[in-house]
Amino acid sequence: MRSTYSVLVENNPGVLARVAGLFSRRGYNIDSLSVSRTDDPSISRMTIVVEGEKAVLEQVAKQLRKLVDVIRVHDITDEPHVDRELVLIKVNADSGTRGDIMQIVEIFRGRIVDVGEYTSIVEVTGDEGKINAIENALKPFGIMELVRTGKVAMQRGIQTVLVED
Amino acid sequence: MLTGGQILIECLKNEGVDVVFGYPGGAVLPIYDALYDSDILHVLTRHEQAAAHAADGYARATGRPGVCLATSGPGATNLVTGIATAAMDSVPMVAITGQVPTTLIGKDAFQEADITGITLPITKHNYLVRDVNELPRIVKEAFYIATTGRPGPVLIDIPRDVSAAKTEYRDPGPIGLRGYMPRLAGEPARIAAAAKLIAQAKRPVIYAGGGVINSGAAEYLKKLAETIMAPVAVTLMGIGCLPGDHPLFLGMLGMHGARYTNYAVNECDLLLAVGVRFDDRVTGKVESFASHAKVIHIDIDPAEFGKNVPVDISIAGDVRTVLVDLIKNLTCNPDPAWQEKIALWKKEYPLDYSREGLRPQAVIRELSDTLQGRRYRVTTEVGQNQMWAAQHFCITRPRSFISSGGLGTMGYGFPAAIGVQVACPDELVFDIAGDGSIQMNIQELTTAVNYRLPVNVAILNNGYLGMVRQWQELFYNRRYSQTELLNPDFVKVAEAFGAEGIRVEKIAEVGPALEQAIASSRPVVLDFIVEREENVMPIVPPGEAISRMLG
Ligand SMILES: Cc1ncc(C[n+]2csc(CCOP(=O)(O)OP(=O)(O)O)c2C)c(N)n1
Ligand SMILES: [Mg+2]
Repeated sequence: MRSTYSVLVENNPGVLARVAGLFSRRGYNIDSLSVSRTDDPSISRMTIVVEGEKAVLEQVAKQLRKLVDVIRVHDITDEPHVDRELVLIKVNADSGTRGDIMQIVEIFRGRIVDVGEYTSIVEVTGDEGKINAIENALKPFGIMELVRTGKVAMQRGIQTVLVED
Repeated sequence: MLTGGQILIECLKNEGVDVVFGYPGGAVLPIYDALYDSDILHVLTRHEQAAAHAADGYARATGRPGVCLATSGPGATNLVTGIATAAMDSVPMVAITGQVPTTLIGKDAFQEADITGITLPITKHNYLVRDVNELPRIVKEAFYIATTGRPGPVLIDIPRDVSAAKTEYRDPGPIGLRGYMPRLAGEPARIAAAAKLIAQAKRPVIYAGGGVINSGAAEYLKKLAETIMAPVAVTLMGIGCLPGDHPLFLGMLGMHGARYTNYAVNECDLLLAVGVRFDDRVTGKVESFASHAKVIHIDIDPAEFGKNVPVDISIAGDVRTVLVDLIKNLTCNPDPAWQEKIALWKKEYPLDYSREGLRPQAVIRELSDTLQGRRYRVTTEVGQNQMWAAQHFCITRPRSFISSGGLGTMGYGFPAAIGVQVACPDELVFDIAGDGSIQMNIQELTTAVNYRLPVNVAILNNGYLGMVRQWQELFYNRRYSQTELLNPDFVKVAEAFGAEGIRVEKIAEVGPALEQAIASSRPVVLDFIVEREENVMPIVPPGEAISRMLG
């Protein structure tokens, strides 16, 4: 099973080490983790995707809640939500292939954000499936470098993961 | 204007701290300078590890947070075993360390160690103080976190420039921790459901642990047991939560539980787990643990529910508060057949031992008999000595059996006894020791002599790392690899430190030696030369169900 947690934490030094340390010492598998501050500078939000059996996933949430710097842990896996990742892909590109690459990028509603003599950088935003798909589509051209942000997610509608509720 | 060191002392006083166990060094000079003018007692141990264990012993004996203090680098790392010991056993402790000046942090400065990083997994929380103005808030939070919810150690790392900096002392005001709100009361619906399950049970067993003692719930545990006539099996940490001479007391369960105890747990139809965490030394093979029983689990820490063993009803909350509410819901429904069965097991499989020679169990029994009727506290080291103490000592009140359970730290018992004696100056304190363990912190004899703390050490001297030897005998074909000990003359060692030493080789000498130790106003080391290859029995072999004991 795979769960997505939206986690609010105090924006204290060391908070990432506390969370990461918890995962490594208890042997939980992080699929992806993204973190940055929220509109309230004293609070950061982590989106953590964890792979594991049901009992393990329950432990993950409970152990996270025990950390003093963790304010809220919400499992949004089964709730309607939007999730996105951003990827930057540097592909081999020359005058012969640039056109084909452009076409693929357009299909995925991505953008070319840098053009070099032999390379292009492609930027695409989307859910995990879409990111995987463009990666596969660009592979034949030769991917030189790839960086993904990891998933960020938000519930749909009026549901929120905030400090108070 | 006060220095950071002076502010720290002010904060400690506000928290009601009357003693600090510690060891000075460069990075804590401003703190020690402030201590110089303070009426807080400072106990100078001879090793920082001992300072941590002493603070831990103090905390376990009183329920109040123990405080230890060490310098940066090696001072701080020497605390680590003591902090980990406290973390595993949920002991409220505040450890204060000096750190190199903020400008040097991260530069591998002299005596720099990243102690907040090192202690991340063994503290409930920790702090690096970057600004002296934050100190009052941090100290207040540290004590709050250490003592509330599931207690545990909190470390505060204070760079030297922060403890030297001067500022106005300001009260930090109320605590505002958004991410930390321990809950006290159990959910009424769950309590009602638990009461219903209990009413249906024919063969209930209570499995009680350190949470009962931590929450001050012993009185209510007794009431619960008597109301539903359920026998009580305890963990090592739970010893003392029901008097050892109570008719419903089953003693310790698990790896070295008595046969009758483990049989009762194995055959119960309801397991009422109170303030426990289903440790592997308790459960043995988890799939077979109380496998015919419905399980109710009451604990302050919801992360313990279902961690190792599935539960039917879990109630999160302070054990004492939950028990008070639960008892109100209960009706008495005892089944005499279950009582009779347990009585029969007790008769058939008593915890027995040979009467020949000087047996360690006999020493414990005699010490236990000698101390009944007096105010006493017992600490233990780790190994066979610890298990025999757990099996044979009759402990009649909470906080008087003090032992390193989760971490199993050799060298814990003696410094812990020093902390206990500081906390309880009018009581008799005995550390039940092994000849191996005592040598891990034997330098603390100086501390005991220095502060006129009349702690007693009863060494069950078998000339072996006995528990390891026992495993080698049983599971490694008697290949005694590195477990035989060449020991010093403990009587002479005691005397050299300025303590008293008594050697005991015959059973008839035990009583008089104990009386002599009790009468002495000095620390006493009793060197009991016991049967060398005695084993702790019964024993559940590793990975086995607890009903399948040897011996
Ligand atoms: C610090 C530490 N190191 C190693 C061990 C492993 N260990 C557990 S019991 C034991 C033997 C203890 O010997 P002793 O103190 O003589 O006690 P006995 O078992 O003989 O009563 C050892 C080495 C431990 N628990 N703690
Ligand atoms: Mg020994």
